[in-house]
Amino acid sequence: MKLLTRRAWALTAAGLSATLVLTACGNDAEGAGGEGGDGDVTITMLPKNLGNPYFDTSTAGAEEAAEEVGASLQEVGPQEASPDAQVQYINTAAQQGASALVVSANDPTAICDALNEARDAGTQVVTFDSDTEADCRDLFVNQATAEGIAKVQIDLIADQIGDAGEIAILSASANATNQNAWIEMMEAELEANHPDIELVDVVYGDDDDQTSFDKTAALLQSHPDLKGIISPTTVGIAAAARYLSESDKKGKVALTGLGTPNQMREYVENGTVEAFALWNPEDLGYLAAMAANALAAGEIEGEPGDTFEAGRLGEYTVEDDGSVLLGDPFVFNADNIADFDF
Amino acid sequence: MTTTTQRPTDPARTYAEHAAPLWQRLVLTRETAIIALLVAVVLYAMVNVRNFDGPLTLTYLLLDITPILLIALPMTMVIVTGEIDLSVASVVGLSTVLVGILHAGGLSIPVAAVLALLAGAACGALNGFLVAYVGLPSLAVTIGTLALYRGLAVGLLGTKAITEFPDRWTDLATAKIGDTGIPLVMVLVAILAIAFGLLLHFTSFGRGVFDIGLNSEAARFTGVDVARTKLILFTLSGVVSALAGIYYVLRFGSARGDNATGLELQVIAAVLLGGVSIFGGRGRLHGVVAGVLLIGVVGSALRLEGITVNVINIIIGLLLVASVMSPSVLAWISDRTARRNPRASRPTDAPLGVGQKEGRNS
Repeated sequence: MKLLTRRAWALTAAGLSATLVLTACGNDAEGAGGEGGDGDVTITMLPKNLGNPYFDTSTAGAEEAAEEVGASLQEVGPQEASPDAQVQYINTAAQQGASALVVSANDPTAICDALNEARDAGTQVVTFDSDTEADCRDLFVNQATAEGIAKVQIDLIADQIGDAGEIAILSASANATNQNAWIEMMEAELEANHPDIELVDVVYGDDDDQTSFDKTAALLQSHPDLKGIISPTTVGIAAAARYLSESDKKGKVALTGLGTPNQMREYVENGTVEAFALWNPEDLGYLAAMAANALAAGEIEGEPGDTFEAGRLGEYTVEDDGSVLLGDPFVFNADNIADFDF
Repeated sequence: MTTTTQRPTDPARTYAEHAAPLWQRLVLTRETAIIALLVAVVLYAMVNVRNFDGPLTLTYLLLDITPILLIALPMTMVIVTGEIDLSVASVVGLSTVLVGILHAGGLSIPVAAVLALLAGAACGALNGFLVAYVGLPSLAVTIGTLALYRGLAVGLLGTKAITEFPDRWTDLATAKIGDTGIPLVMVLVAILAIAFGLLLHFTSFGRGVFDIGLNSEAARFTGVDVARTKLILFTLSGVVSALAGIYYVLRFGSARGDNATGLELQVIAAVLLGGVSIFGGRGRLHGVVAGVLLIGVVGSALRLEGITVNVINIIIGLLLVASVMSPSVLAWISDRTARRNPRASRPTDAPLGVGQKEGRNS
């Protein structure tokens, strides 16, 4: 028994040393690459989850910004986009005394306590993409306003159908807050600036691929003179594009809306879709990191009216609700779609 | 290990439990080894991991491991009987959803919590009934109820989340004892840990649990009600999982169907790391507590180093595999050594004529 126990000890000790050595190697690599001196600005980037092409793109933008201003940036995040998983990483940023935390919230209220604890520990909190409640963060970097999103889609469809004719909208679900607000603004914009365009129908694909596909087919049958479709949801526009590209209406009925380059690439390349809109996540990450750096360096406090310089994007001003607006939505077309991967 | 019974018996036969002096039996154990490992990792992290010695580390570490620590208590007893409960994380998820829905429906937090505990007991009792009285293997039963309870949780709430909870209760979940940085919830954990420790190590019920793990047939002949014991253990596992769910919902202020997904792996990893044999019949609660702390410390230190979640999972997975393998490897080594050195006297595990269980040597 003595012998066996000694063996047990030896083996445990060996295992322990191996574990320590392994982690130690990790330390050195991280330490050399990621961390600067104590006086430097350290930014922690916490997207909704890792391995998501959208957030990979925004982190690439944030890294570019951090390099320009000489801040060190590390990306951490959970595998699943859940708020409780994000809390651990917010806590860790507070423990590390990170100068700033750039976070896309998985829930507007659930991570509030953790964010406020981090702020008490001296970390500046910037939200991007998905905001939290206003009292849990110092600044929100907003990708687009509802007005901007509504206007860019009307402008695109007007341009594509020659500013006259029947159009329809393929939305998400009938009670989707964002989409309904946009549709209302689109109607106002049509009335004010495009009197020859008539909105004949709004249908709901429930953000379901098959339903959206079927509703597109129904729209084209019930409105034979339809000139264009706007789909302000990424699922809807992809399904509508798939239907159109296989039907004889391809090229005759225009389609635009909000989509992602990876979903839409095929349809832009085969001519079904001329152009569609969304914001540029790379610029969004870039601006969020610039804002975080400005807060951490004490250049701004996040108060309305504060202005800061955001590298290649120019100067930005903090608005009344403590947010910074990235700008007009970004239009993707055949010329630029190859530059994006998300 | 069957060779042990065929060996010519030494007239001065010694029993494993008494083969070494008392101090060695107390100090040179797997539990001591895991505690030493824990201390070593903590000391290493203190010196080498930036901010690990900061004031917030202890608080967040303890808050993070509380659900694992709670569920590990009944899980230890379940695994000591040679069974397993994979459905615990789903019960946690279901319990958070129930608290959320009942509270949103107008009930106060204590009432919602009691109903969630009852639901947890029902979930556990269903597992226990199927295992103990229908006689199905616990691995199959609880992998089924893992899906069943998770399905109920997600079905009840869909993809929504309920995040409106009174501050009084959410603050209580993260409150600290004075200036110590130790969360108040540790008091509850300590009480339960002591209660489970007494139950497992100092009562006849607890001795029955070990007997079942060593040989359930023999346990029945010595008067242990095997089925009833298993039913009680699975029910306890359900209740404590529901309790962990209540803590979870208050700490994160968020009731979601997918809360605590995958937690069962961390619990089982911690229990096995703490020296409990997956074959049953062996384990001590203080080792399990050290195992939970070890997993928490490793995770916390690695996160502070900015190491991604995938790498942390890989390291915890390797620790788990190593802890399951080590008894077999050690037994093989000692067997080889004994053969090479036949004069070394080896204790037998049990009196002659009593059936032996594979893989018990440790």
